[in-house]
Parts: sequence; C-alpha cells; structure tokens
Amino acid sequence: MNMSRRQIMVLLPAAAIAWKYVLAGTPKESPNYKMSEHWWSMLIDIPKCIGCGNCVRACQTENDVPDGYFRTWVERYHVSDWKMTNPEIVMTNPMIAPEVISPDGGKEGFPVATDESGKYFFVPKLCNHCADSPCTQVCPVGATFISPDGVVLVDQKYCLGCAYCVQACPYGCRYIHPEKKVADKCTLCYHRITKGLTTACCEACPTGARQLADLKNPNDPIHEFLKTHSVQVLKPQMATGAKVYYNDLDGSVR
Amino acid sequence: MSGVEGFMYPNEVGLQWSVLIVLYPFITGLVAGAFILASLVRIFRVEAIEPTYRLALLTALAFLLVAPLPLQLHLGHPERSPEMYFTPHSTSAMAMFGYVYLWYLMAVLVLEIWLDYRREIVLWSQSSKGLPRLVYKVMTLGSSNISERSLAIDNRVGWIVTLIGIPSAFLLHGYVGFIFGSIKANPWWSSPLMPVVFIFSAMVSGIAGVMLLYMAITKLRKLKIDVHCVDSIAMYLFYIFIIDFSLEMLDLIHRIYEADESFRSLNFMVHTQLYFSHIVVQICLGTLTPIILLGITQVAKLPEIVRKRIYAVAGCLTLIGIFAMRWNVVIGGQLFSKSFLGYTTYKMSLVTREGLLVAIFLTILPLFFLWALVKLLPPWPAKISPVAAAGD
Amino acid sequence: MSVFKDAGHLFRFAGLFVLAFLVFLVVRHYVVPKSFGQYGHYRGAAIGEIAAHPIKFAGHDTCETCHADVADVKKAGKHAHVNCEACHGALVERLPNPEQPKANLYERMVALIVPPAPPDSPLLRHAEDPMSVKPVLPDTTVLCARCHTASAAKPKGFPQVAPADHSQGLACDTCHKPHSPAMDAGGAK
Repeated sequence: MNMSRRQIMVLLPAAAIAWKYVLAGTPKESPNYKMSEHWWSMLIDIPKCIGCGNCVRACQTENDVPDGYFRTWVERYHVSDWKMTNPEIVMTNPMIAPEVISPDGGKEGFPVATDESGKYFFVPKLCNHCADSPCTQVCPVGATFISPDGVVLVDQKYCLGCAYCVQACPYGCRYIHPEKKVADKCTLCYHRITKGLTTACCEACPTGARQLADLKNPNDPIHEFLKTHSVQVLKPQMATGAKVYYNDLDGSVR
Repeated sequence: MSGVEGFMYPNEVGLQWSVLIVLYPFITGLVAGAFILASLVRIFRVEAIEPTYRLALLTALAFLLVAPLPLQLHLGHPERSPEMYFTPHSTSAMAMFGYVYLWYLMAVLVLEIWLDYRREIVLWSQSSKGLPRLVYKVMTLGSSNISERSLAIDNRVGWIVTLIGIPSAFLLHGYVGFIFGSIKANPWWSSPLMPVVFIFSAMVSGIAGVMLLYMAITKLRKLKIDVHCVDSIAMYLFYIFIIDFSLEMLDLIHRIYEADESFRSLNFMVHTQLYFSHIVVQICLGTLTPIILLGITQVAKLPEIVRKRIYAVAGCLTLIGIFAMRWNVVIGGQLFSKSFLGYTTYKMSLVTREGLLVAIFLTILPLFFLWALVKLLPPWPAKISPVAAAGD
Repeated sequence: MSVFKDAGHLFRFAGLFVLAFLVFLVVRHYVVPKSFGQYGHYRGAAIGEIAAHPIKFAGHDTCETCHADVADVKKAGKHAHVNCEACHGALVERLPNPEQPKANLYERMVALIVPPAPPDSPLLRHAEDPMSVKPVLPDTTVLCARCHTASAAKPKGFPQVAPADHSQGLACDTCHKPHSPAMDAGGAK
C-alpha cells in the first residue's frame, strides 16, 4: 500500500486522537465505562475453529505470557470410529477416551492430520470467568476475585503464590507465573475491553470462532445466538457458572 | 512434553504443590497425634501412659514450631503471608490457618505446658544462673506464686485447656483435610471423608512418634523403658489404626463400586505411577504390617523384649506409612490430568527451595527443637531410676 | 478475693494476649490497603491497575482510520472477517528501560527471598508513530500456510490446499492478493 505524504499528514492527527482515547489509562480516565453496565462473557463457535493458533500467539504477545504457560490454548480432538474388533465397550468407547493433542498449546498450529476416519474438531479454551468460581472461593487472602463486570481477575500485588486457586480450577486455566511468582490467567484482556476494544484472541481469530460478548448489552448478538443454537459450557456438572459458551460442543470434550 | 503420558491441559504438566506440602500435614499430624496422647493422660486418666505426658507436649510444641516453615518456603511471596491475618477470606479453608495455628500454639499448647511446668519454672528461676536464669525469669511472667492454691488453680485451668485442646487439635489438622476434601475440581481429593481420614492418620502417626521418641530417649538416658507404658500406648495405637484403616478402605471400596467418571483414570494411576508408594509402602508396609504386628502383641503373650522390638518396628513402619499417605494424597492428586486423559511425573529437585534436601532438613529440625526443649524443660523428675536391665 | 491473688499469673498471661491483640488491631489499620473491601473481599484499586496495562494490538478500527483504502478492498473479499493484525501482527517495539528508582531497604530485603520480576519496558506502536515503527510485510509462504494447509482435522468447507501440490513452493502472493485472495473475484494478480 502506498500512501502519499499528503494523505499521511492528514490522517496522522486523526489517528493520534483516536489512539489517545484508546490509550486512556484507568476506568477513571475512561469515564464512559461503567462496570455495572457490563457482564462479560465469550462465545466460541466450534465448527468455525480451524486450529491456526493465532489466538494463542496473539494472547502471548498482548499479555507477555511466558513460554510454556498458557492463558488460552487450543485442543484438537479426534473422536475415532468404534473399534468393532474389541467389543469391550467401556475401554474402547471413543467418547470416553478421545485422542486429544495440544502441541505447545496449539501455538504454532497443529500437525497435518491424515487419518480420515472418525471426526476432528478444535476446542479453544481459556478461563471461563465463572460466576460461581471455585478459584475465587478458595483464595485465602482475597487476591483473586470476580469484578463487578464479570471478569475473574488476579491482584498480582496481593497474591501470595500459594497455588490453591490453581488446584481449585476445574479447567486448568491458571498457572503460577515463573518470574512474578503469583497466580496468572486470562484476564479477558480487561485492559482492552474496558476501552471499547475486543480481546486480543478475538481480534486475531481469522474465522470469527471467538467472539467477546456482553450479556448486559441488549444489542449484543449473543442473545440471538443463544436462542437459535445448541450451546454448552465446559464441565456443567461442576456448576461453576462458566460464562464461556461453546456452540456445537461435542460430548467427548473434557 | 517430557514426562507426560496421554493428554494433560497445558498448564497442568508441572506440579504446583511439592514435597514440602506433603511434609506440612505430616508435621501437623504429629502435633495433633502427640497432643491426643497427652490428653489420654489428662482427660481420660490413663495412668499407664503418664511417663510420656510431658514428652508428648514438648514433642507437639517442637513440631508445631517447624510447621509453618514448609509453607513459607513454598509460597511465591512469603513476605505477604501476614495478609492471612489481616484479610482472611472467610470462604477459604486455607485462610483459617493463621488463626488456628496461633490459637493452638498460644492458647492451647504453650498455655498447657506453662501451667504444667510453672512450679518448676519458678524454682529453676531461683536456682539457676546466667542466661537460663533470665529465660526462666521471663517465663514466670514475674509471678513467683507457687502456693498450694495457685497450683490447684493451674491444675484446674490446665484440665480445661486440655479439654478445649482436643477439638482444637482436630481443627488444626482437620482443616488441612478439608483443604483437600473440598476441592470439587480434583476427584482424588474431593471427599467428605478426607478430614476424618486425616485426623485419624494424624493420631496414629503422633502416637507412634511419641512412643518411638520415648523409647529412644529413655535408652539414650540409659534407663529402663516402662513396659507397662509402651504396652498401653501400643494398644491405643492398634485400635486407632484399625479405625484409620477402615476409613481408608471405605473410601477405596466406595470409589471402586461407584466407578464414576474419574475412576478409570485414578485406578490406572494407582496401579502404575503410585503403585510403589500406595500399594507397597502405604498399604502393605505402612498399614497392614504394623496392624498385624500390633495385633499379635495384643492377642499373644510375648516376652517383654520381643514386644519392645515389635513396637519399635511397628512404630517406624507406621510413620513411614503415614508419610506415604500424605505423599499419595498431595502428589497423587496432581499426577493425573483433570481431563482424565493423561498423566505427568513429579520431578523432585534436590537443592532448590522446595527440594529434597530442604524436606529432609525440615524433618530433622523438630528433633533439634525437641532436644532444646527437653534441655530447657526436662520432662522427667530429677531423681532417676536404676540403670536399664541388660538386653533392652 | 484470695482467688485473684493466687491466679495473678493467669491474668498476666491473659494480659499478654490482650496486648498482642491491640497491637494487631493497630498494625492492621495501617497495613490493610485502603481500597480493600470496596467492591468485595479484594483490593478495589486492583481493577484500575489491571485496566491500565499497556495495549499492544491496536484493533482493526484504528488501522482503518489511516488505511481505509485497504479496508474497502478487504471488505468486499473473502478475508472480510480477517482483522488486519491477524496477519500483520501487533507492530509494537520495546524501548529500553528507563532509569529505575533505587529500591528502598525493605524492597532489597524482600528481593533476597523473592527476586523481583523485571520491569515492563515502554512500548512504541506503529499506530502512534507510523514513521518510527515500520511494519515488515509477512512472508506469505509461512503465514498463509498456517490457516490454509489442508488437514483432515479442519472443517470441510474451509478453503485448504496442500502447499507443495498447489504452489510448488512459490509464495502465495505470487498469484493471490492477500487482502482479497479469491482468484475469481478480482483477487488474482
């Protein structure tokens, strides 16, 4: 793309002003953002995910996630056909024991699959920002909490690094930061969504498989989507009030 | 990924809670168990165990002083641990640690030891010289009243403290069981039986620990072991062990019978990763063998020397078994994936803050504290009995 | 009453407790952060601190402020829903760390037990200063392959090819315009 000097001279100030608003620091400086007007969640459309790993890379860039740890990751499921040669039902039931891989969290995508039998699908995972979260329940000092707008956050200046929350999360989305020695996890890009941007993972997703949603916004497309699609959360039996909704989630997903 | 079999969520591969977190319930278990033994004397008036009364209290204190250390060494930010005192989160079982620990230390153990020793402390503060004299003087809190009446009041208050101490000891160790037992995310831990199993295995370990210490210290002092005493302790050990074993078997049978979603994965883990520590060490060596040995001493009439040897062996195996139980709970609970599709391995380091050397040091440290306490507050009267008979 | 005379030591012991408790209350008043409890059992100020983290991806709206022509081409093509930074990345550079203020005694003592995390260095973004942070065009051989390499695992309706068969090692943008890549919709070169 080639822009003339003139075009740049005209557009630069506009961009600078736009960026100034984006960069405005605290919610105090973003006076339009009121926590009570939002209840954040996310919608993940399984049939759209192609396992490219863009979201994992973008999250790492945006949030300085250390290598080997993941605020979000993608799993690839292969639910193969029944092995009719071995009639021992339970042990060969592919719904109970699907093949799952997540090489480096799916950060560099996945190896090419050649086995055409059975079915494959990709499942991006992240913190579910549970409304009844077991992780905030167990924190001994109040270093992790759910914000009034529905995002589960960690106060890294207060966290002891005891890792009790890591043990309590049923989804495995938390870890102890190797350098800061405190609990860390997906923040739903809180620093972005409070300024009208979307999360880094949603921004980077090329197919629209990941969509940020605001349940308190009556115009948010999620309301219509939830009415017209079959949607589930992960591990519903744990009754965590998870707010990440999966369209077309297969029963074999763990 | 090295050490991973099958699939694990990417953040699950490295273990969060190390051998130090195995050590912590082991230590507080010894504290609770030693205190229960002391309460058998004070509240339930089991006269036979009286020679170990003061030793049990000092043992409990020695181990209690070391108890916070593994936790502090594990924390990412130990300098922030006072936050548990200033802003404890009421929904977190772990948050009560600070207050339960402080309560048990000061309002139960230290108070009881002080009340029991007060008469001697006052006398020692008058008879000793130099630094010990200063220490004893401070411990008298400035009061040198050891009249009949004051000692009677001490006795009465001490009795009440011991009475309160029993549920306090259960709370000190039971809350650790609840820390694990209340985690719905982890099916190896989540169970209402967990606090109960922890408490009973704590009693077993504490009683065995005090019995071994009594036998070892008496031999070091070249005195005769009171056989009546260890016979009585071994009997309580045996019966409480039966209850502990029954509870663990109940948990196991229930799991196998219900065979819920997690069963296949956990069953595989116990038969492979945890085979040695769970089946061989905890169950066979650490539970069945001591129970059988102690059972033999309960039914057969064996000579004194044989009984003492059996008690020593059974006591050692018991401690190893209870440590293995803590290991299997803490480490075992982190070896399998919450997706039930894979397993990881625990790579215990040697020289880091949470490594094996630190764990060994923390296991030995309470013995040094005990030595210091025994020197400061000798549990036995000044007049000593005749030298031990040969063959002890 | 004589019982108090003989129980004096107990009152002294209890007195120690009361004293310790009072000291605790005073210390607590100064140590607990002021915003604690503002919205719940946590430090209310933490919300603002987290919201103030530096932003790296500018978001496609910001890109389109200057690059509206590209946005128009993209909107009409198959990559309409692919955001700019999904391919071009965050376009952010790190500047060297400024002088750090010297740590006080307490911080240095804490550093003996818990080494402090390295400070975040300041960022310079293409969106703020397009002249200083020049974007490098991505290598299409690698970039396009990430999404479009054929695999039995990908959804059947998604456009995918085996790169070796399809392009014999040529870069994808030899034939396809990345912003509107479909060959029959004016995306061919």
